Amino acid sequence: MKLVVEDLVQRFPAPGRGGRPAGTATVLDHLSLATGEIGTLVLVGPSGGGKSTLLRILAGLDVPTSGRVSFDGQPLPSDEDSLRRYRRTVGTVFQAYNLFPHLTAMQNLLLPLIHVHGLTEAAARERVREPLERFRLAEHAHKRPAELSGGQKQRIAILRALVVEPRRLFLDEPTSALDPEMRAEVLEMIAEVRAEGAEFVLVTHEMAFARRVADEIAFVADGRVPVLASAAEFFDRPDDPRVRTFLQLTLTT
Amino acid sequence: MPRWLAHVIVVAAFTAAVAAAFSRVNYEWNWAAVWDYRQKLLQGWLVTVALSLAALVTSIVVGAVAAIMLRSGRPLLEAAARVYVELIRGTPLLVQLLIGFYVVATAVGLENRYVAGVLLLALFSGAYMAEIFRGGLDAIPKAQIDSGRAIGLTRWQSLRLVVLPQAVRLVLPAVAGQLVSLVKDSSLLSVIAISEFTLAAQEVNSFTYSTLESYLPLAAGYLVLTLPLSALARWLEHRLRYETA
Repeated sequence: MKLVVEDLVQRFPAPGRGGRPAGTATVLDHLSLATGEIGTLVLVGPSGGGKSTLLRILAGLDVPTSGRVSFDGQPLPSDEDSLRRYRRTVGTVFQAYNLFPHLTAMQNLLLPLIHVHGLTEAAARERVREPLERFRLAEHAHKRPAELSGGQKQRIAILRALVVEPRRLFLDEPTSALDPEMRAEVLEMIAEVRAEGAEFVLVTHEMAFARRVADEIAFVADGRVPVLASAAEFFDRPDDPRVRTFLQLTLTT
Repeated sequence: MPRWLAHVIVVAAFTAAVAAAFSRVNYEWNWAAVWDYRQKLLQGWLVTVALSLAALVTSIVVGAVAAIMLRSGRPLLEAAARVYVELIRGTPLLVQLLIGFYVVATAVGLENRYVAGVLLLALFSGAYMAEIFRGGLDAIPKAQIDSGRAIGLTRWQSLRLVVLPQAVRLVLPAVAGQLVSLVKDSSLLSVIAISEFTLAAQEVNSFTYSTLESYLPLAAGYLVLTLPLSALARWLEHRLRYETA
């Protein structure tokens, strides 16, 4: 995929405090970036820098205040109906609360296939059967999310995004809400998915993993992307002092 | 000690205490007089059941509409629903029945007191239903709506497949509880001369001068309705409990 972002601005109304009037918070501040022809883009950076906000716009969930985004030359639409059609062609996984708690894992998987993509139940079940087995989730398919571990829930969520055969995936800190033991299984699944040729944009704090899977890394801070580099350049030859500070802080913990 | 036994002991002790109190007062029980009017009491009981059910169904519709208006985001709709809810919940049902029937219904030309009674009761209960439904809808985390959007659901699909199935499960116990309240509140319809259970008992009392023998069965008749409903509400609460992931 080739991603081009031009002059992206995202403002939100900021809640007022006490008697003071509410203002606006500018989370993305004329952000621009242009990748090469890559498979995986990883967004890293300090908290509050705008990574998740950027990801949500790329995934078609939020409309920016201004600016343009295009994937492979195709611009992202700005009206809700077109955006919904776009969202049907991609997959998004959030940090948590992906799955619907009143449905079993299997029903969660089947729901988009049946209600969004028009498959019959039989065809949908057939489509999810092999991936469920491949990722060792078949025995958990009949359970409700409350009966699953955090890692299992996230893997089912990734599976749900995958089985609709999306053009690309968006993953927003998929392991941040997990215990360390469960992070590995989720990261492994993402790596496997990548090895099969999936394209995705990933926001993560797992630096070792970022280095492993990223083709290019975008450092998002203060609502801009001051650095966009290949994984090797980013980790081994960081020019920007902010990146150096960031790496020092994250890699030593 | 098993639960059921504990309950039996408590009820037996209570009954014994009441019986002892009455025996000291030398009250002359006259069940025979009231027994003659059992048809009338039964009819009244049936009318109460019918009115309560009709009011429940109507109040669910009223409450649902009000809840949607409250969450619509449109100032006029929200204000209308909020004024309705606060007015109804802030005034006694008795006052609402008196004004509603003797003033409003008369003005509008609605003469059938049974229809008016059901509507007024439904309007009353609907305000409480509105808050119950609003609470149920609000309890669904926004993150789930987001998740629904992410997989490409339309707003209507999100409502139908994600929000409503969960919200209905959440509010079912409270709605069952409302039905219990409705059954009891329907006794107030007696003040607009609707021949339900309470009015029937009052009339039997005026015919036979046997106050306790009229009113004790009255209480028992309501308990026959409310106890199973309460048990249903508790069972629903237990059954539909699942953690949100």
